[in-house]
Order: sequence, then C-alpha cells, then structure tokens
Amino acid sequence: MRFEWMSSYGQFFIDGLTITLELLLCSGVLGFLLALAVGFGRLSRQPFIAWLSLSFTNLIRGTPLLVQIYVLYYGVGSLFVSFPAVRDSFLWPYLRDGFWYVVVALALSVGGYVGEVIKGGLRAVPKGELEAARALGMPPFMTVRRIWLPRAIQILLPSLAGESVLLLKSTALASTVAVMDVLGAANLVRAQTLRTYEPLLSVALIYLVLAWLIERVFRKLERRIPVRSAI
Amino acid sequence: MNKTLKATLISCLVSTTLLAAPAMASKLKIGIAAEPYPPFSVKQSSGQWSGFEIDLVNYICKEIKAQCEINEVAWDGIIPALTSNKIDVIFNSMSITAEREKTIAFSAPYYYTPSMYVGPKGSKLTTTPAGLKGKIIGVQGSTSNADFLKKNYSSTATIKYYNTQDELNADMAAGRVDVMLMDAVPAVDFLQSKDGAALEAKGMAPKDPLLGEGIGAGLRKSDVALKKQFDAAIKKMQVSGDFKKIQKKYFSIDLTPK
Repeated sequence: MRFEWMSSYGQFFIDGLTITLELLLCSGVLGFLLALAVGFGRLSRQPFIAWLSLSFTNLIRGTPLLVQIYVLYYGVGSLFVSFPAVRDSFLWPYLRDGFWYVVVALALSVGGYVGEVIKGGLRAVPKGELEAARALGMPPFMTVRRIWLPRAIQILLPSLAGESVLLLKSTALASTVAVMDVLGAANLVRAQTLRTYEPLLSVALIYLVLAWLIERVFRKLERRIPVRSAI
Repeated sequence: MNKTLKATLISCLVSTTLLAAPAMASKLKIGIAAEPYPPFSVKQSSGQWSGFEIDLVNYICKEIKAQCEINEVAWDGIIPALTSNKIDVIFNSMSITAEREKTIAFSAPYYYTPSMYVGPKGSKLTTTPAGLKGKIIGVQGSTSNADFLKKNYSSTATIKYYNTQDELNADMAAGRVDVMLMDAVPAVDFLQSKDGAALEAKGMAPKDPLLGEGIGAGLRKSDVALKKQFDAAIKKMQVSGDFKKIQKKYFSIDLTPK
C-alpha cells in the first residue's frame, strides 16, 4: 500500500466528494418531490393519473439506470448543440455539463422506486386516523399535510434510509459520463499513477462512511418522532 | 462400443497433448486494449487483429523467434494485467513516462507521435495556457496528454478527463468541450472521418518531458532478457529501413522515434 499520490491528487478527491454530495442532495430532494407525486398518483381515483404513475414506475424500474443516464446524456443532450439559439443561451453552460443529466436521471429513478415505497406507506396509515381527521372537520389537503403524509413518512423512515444509501451508491454512475465524482477522481488516480487498490479502497471507505452517516441521520430522525405505544 | 470409446479417448488425449505441447513452449502473450485504435490495432470481422502495431509486433516476434499471441485486455487495467502475469508484453501505443516506469519497464521507443489540439472549425483558439483561459479542455485520463494538461493548464482552464477517446469524441461533437488534446496520428484520421468533419487541427503541443519520449513496449521489470531482445529487434527495424516500409502502409507523417 502506497499513498504518496494523496499529496498531488487529494484535491481531486475533495472536489469529487463535493460533487458526490451535490448529486446526492440535488437528486434526493428533486426525486423525493417526484416520488410524493408518484406515490399519491398511484392511489389516485382518477384512472388516467393512476395509469400514468404506474407506467412511469414500470418504465423507470424496468430499465437499467445506466441506460437512462446514457439516453439522457448521449441522446437528448447531444441534440442541443445543433441549435445555435440553445448554444448562445444562458442555459448552455448547464446543458453541456454532465452533472445535470445525472441529477435528472437519478431524480427520475428515485421518483420511480421511492414513489412505490411511498404508496405502500400511505396505505399503511390506519384508516381510523384519517377518518378521525375528517370527523374533526379537517379539509382534505390539511389531512394530507398534517396526518396522512407525516404518519406515512414516520412508518417509512427505515425504508427511506435504505433508499438514500442506494441513491448514494447510484451517484457513482456519474463517472461514466465524465463527471468527476469521487469514483471519477479514483479512476483518474488509477489511470495516472497506475496504483489500483489504494484509490479504489479509499473510495470504498468514503462510501462506507457516507452510508453510515446517512443511516445515523435517519436513526436520529426516527428517535425524534415521539411514538406512543399505548393504544 | 468399448473399442470406439477407447479410440475416442486416445485420440482426444493425443490431440490435446499435440496441440498443447507447442503452446507450452514460450508463447509470448501480447496485451492490447480491447477497443480498436485505428490504424494501430484494428479488429477484423474474422476476429483477427491487424494494423501498424500488429505489423510491428509481428516483425519483432519474428526477429526474436518467439511465438506471439494477441490478448485483449481493458486499457485501464492493462498494467495490472502485465504485473499479474496475465500478459507478458504491452504493445498498445503506450507512452514511456517516468510515472509508469515506477511500475513497469519499457523497451526502447518504437515510434513517436506528437500531440495535437483539435477544436471546432472556425473557433478561435490559442493553445497556450493563457489563450485557453476559462475553456473546457477534454483529454483521455489515462494518457500522458492528461499529465501535461494537468500540470500546465489546470490553473487557468477546466480539464475534463475521459475514460476513452470515443467518449471524448462524442462530447466534442456535442459541444461539451471546447478543445481536446490527443495524439496526432489518430487525430489526423479522426479529422478525415465523418465524425470529425466539423473539427480541425488547432496546433501541436510543445515538446515537454511529461509528453514522454515516445511509445515503448511495456515489460515486467524482472524480464531483463526479454527487454534486451526487444531493444535489439527495434533497433534493427529502424536501421534496416523496415520500419519506414511498414510505416508507409499506414501514415503520411513520419513516426521514427528520436
């Protein structure tokens, strides 16, 4: 084991870690919002909305994430260059950057997978609580905001922790479209210093620590929510 | 029935030993990257490899009287493949660099290519660090071009590192990088192809120790005798003029190592 490359490539790892965390946060937040829409959509009484949510879930869960990233990056993303209006617009610096394609792909993926989880959580909230809310005269939207969703998320916290760790690991795919996340940094070190194990083991360690941190944050959240065991 | 079984078994045994015997005798495993790198190494539809480097390595193998077989390896794992004995020689346009020499040995250089900047037609680019200020430069991460850019351009420009040249070419075409630095020989070919039609040469990189002394065959440090044989064969190839003869089949520019 030799780690002297750390002095000249350490900065790449720090920058890569920043990118990984940005990917995780951006796609996590966007994806969660989408997942809420999909989760409620799956339970909708409107046949079209229910069908749309189900089709989206099937599409996202039925295709590999890497294929989705490639379709967005190499497919959709390479079309923009032929429009001078797009090239000259203020959006171009974002449209040419692989980062946002990965964020969109990851957010869609979270929407598909977590949407299904949220549907399950929404169903798991005891009917009596919703009926009690209605009996107290709560309007439907308030019921969702104060009772249905908070209770569902409380039930789902352990699953959401798992999904967040999965999302963290999915961000590693960003390195396949030349986005310099931590794995990208490790690949560069690997290519330039010809050391194989040290950079890869460092990356594995970084992901382990991040996954542990995510689990901890979720456990804290679980503890903060008071649970009354008395019925 | 018993007889046929016996005959089959014996013929099977004989044939395997006959086939295996010459294979055991010093077969040299030449490692090249699985992705083709025209015109250096190209995979024919028959599965056979051909190209400039294949001709060169066949010449060397004939010179040193070795039986060679081509083995395909992933480029970014080609050095570990050598050090772990999966292959015996890397013969795949690998630049000789001090960084690589920490891990493996190199033969004398067998050819040399300068590095070329390539950018969109009509774009005004001065390829000095000051001239490329704020631009995005694309480069294949595992090449000496990447070392060169990292040292000289990373403070003024953004450098994007790619796993393969194909990915970089795709991003160049999609306008995601402003300019790329690559070896001149494949660059000349790429510019003549349909994919490179919208691009043009933007000048050569200056001489720099980071860009290496040329292309050498990668060998294990312990294989001292093999290195001597390779060096002698490469020298003979240059002196006899055979190198120029092989070169003429593929290139319009001179790749003789200095």
